[in-house]
Amino acid sequence: MVRPVIEKVGIGAVQAIEEAGYQFSLFVESLYWLIVGPFLQQPVRLRIIVSEMMKIGVLAIPIVVLLSFSNGVILALQGIATLKDFDAESQVIPGIAYSVTREFGVLIAGIVVAGRSGSAIAARIGSMQMSQEVDALRVMGIEPVRFLVAPILVSMLIMMPILTLFADTAAMIGGGLYSGIVLSLSLTTVLDRSFDVLVLYDVMQGIYKSLVFGLLIALVACSNGFSVTGGAEGLGRATTRSVVMSIAMIVVADMVFTYFLTR
Amino acid sequence: MNTAEQHSPQEPIIEVDGLVAYYGSRKILDDVSFDVHGGEIMVIMGGSGSGKSTLLRHLLALNRAVSGSIRVFGRDMGDVSSRELHRLRQRMGVSFQNGALFNSLNVEDNVIFPLREHTLLDDNTMRIMARMKLEVVNMAGFEKLMPAQLSGGMSKRTALARAIVMDPNLLFFDEPSAGLDPVVSADLDELILRLRDAMEVSIVVVTHELDSAFRIADRILVLDKGKVLVIGSVDDVRNSDNERVQNLLNRRSEDVVVDPDEYMHRLTDELTGL
Ligand SMILES: Nc1ncnc2c1ncn2[C@@H]1O[C@H](COP(=O)(O)OP(=O)(O)O)[C@@H](O)[C@H]1O
Ligand SMILES: [Mg+2]
Repeated sequence: MVRPVIEKVGIGAVQAIEEAGYQFSLFVESLYWLIVGPFLQQPVRLRIIVSEMMKIGVLAIPIVVLLSFSNGVILALQGIATLKDFDAESQVIPGIAYSVTREFGVLIAGIVVAGRSGSAIAARIGSMQMSQEVDALRVMGIEPVRFLVAPILVSMLIMMPILTLFADTAAMIGGGLYSGIVLSLSLTTVLDRSFDVLVLYDVMQGIYKSLVFGLLIALVACSNGFSVTGGAEGLGRATTRSVVMSIAMIVVADMVFTYFLTR
Repeated sequence: MNTAEQHSPQEPIIEVDGLVAYYGSRKILDDVSFDVHGGEIMVIMGGSGSGKSTLLRHLLALNRAVSGSIRVFGRDMGDVSSRELHRLRQRMGVSFQNGALFNSLNVEDNVIFPLREHTLLDDNTMRIMARMKLEVVNMAGFEKLMPAQLSGGMSKRTALARAIVMDPNLLFFDEPSAGLDPVVSADLDELILRLRDAMEVSIVVVTHELDSAFRIADRILVLDKGKVLVIGSVDDVRNSDNERVQNLLNRRSEDVVVDPDEYMHRLTDELTGL
């Protein structure tokens, strides 16, 4: 009874390591094409990067802003309710500023992008893989990593920080607006209290994380797309897996990073 | 530097020698050897599952062989540098089994695609070149349709236009007639013959359709369970006294002789393996 279980765990571990290796190789190859491609007349096309940035980033702005604004209001609600016991309601504003810039802004941006683009990218590459479009690219002398992965990677690394800044701003507006009204503070007081405590490092902490999240989402989505086998069912499985895996990796990576960044 | 100059016209375009290929632990191709000469149409024929597409993938360097060698344009595909492979591939055109058109691009943009990637021509020139090829495959007037709107025959013809847009020296065609009605399939065969006459091109066609194979082939290679049964002209194959070839030609299903020991072994193999 025990042996099959151990075997399964072992096989699972080997597969996980193989997959991580594959994702790393996608990353290295993308870097190669970004740097060397132009000299080989095989550049990573700006046109494709822009269109990816549109799909991954720009179209995600409304939902990121909405969620972050709500998150800011929630933080204010909870903060005021909790801090009331200590007669420290006014501390809610710096509290929101800290937690949003360091944590929640980037987390919301990451989860939205993982949900939207993680699935869309895996589905797109997966269906190309199934219909031999990936092979067609290859035999035309067009490396799929250069053509498909590198543009996604670049646009993720550009759009995730931008989305994070949008999220930070929206959440602070949400939180500030609500606290300002409830605690009858003027706009200048709210702004002063927010920016008094906030230093560049807090914002940067979110930005660093956003780069890591973007990298993870791009690599997980692409590798799941390329490894699609077995028809429509396999495609569905890869798509779901891509979302679940990238959200899980984001949260774990967040924990690890926060541990180091807050020491 | 220039592979075209190193390659003398007398040499075969493709030389395959002792190719062995596996998927996992299953042997798919077993000691396959053959040549393809300049300007000829070589048909690789065999029942479904006999390894035709796998052989094609090896010729295209999409799969790596376990042993044996494949030379295309005189270059060993086993240890060609990626830059050289890139150059070689610009001299090949491929039409995959179901066309493999890019779903997000319309017919015209699909055909233009290789030109966009490999040439610095201006947009109008590329458009004209693409339309010329679409004209050749009788797809003129359908430029703006998306792949999802095409019939099977139209997809294959568009894929063929895309395959020849760079004027390749070597053209591969996987199952041109599969899934098509006989008339459309005969049209496509006609088209392949016309292409060979119009362009200086060698064509490798993979098919399981006898009629189609006999119509277009200069030579036929019959593949069976990963092994080459016979290579030769249409007549050679027709008159072959190999029993399996005759079975294939007469569409007779095989009465496989069962060795009782082997049969028992197959049944129990997985179980004792645990
Ligand atoms: N990617 C793959 N992984 C594992 N087995 C495969 C794969 N592709 C094909 N096969 C198997 O290899 C054998 C030959 O397949 P294929 O070359 O596609 O045959 P054909 O094109 O002659 O129908 C079949 O038994 C098929 O199941
Ligand atoms: Mg096949």
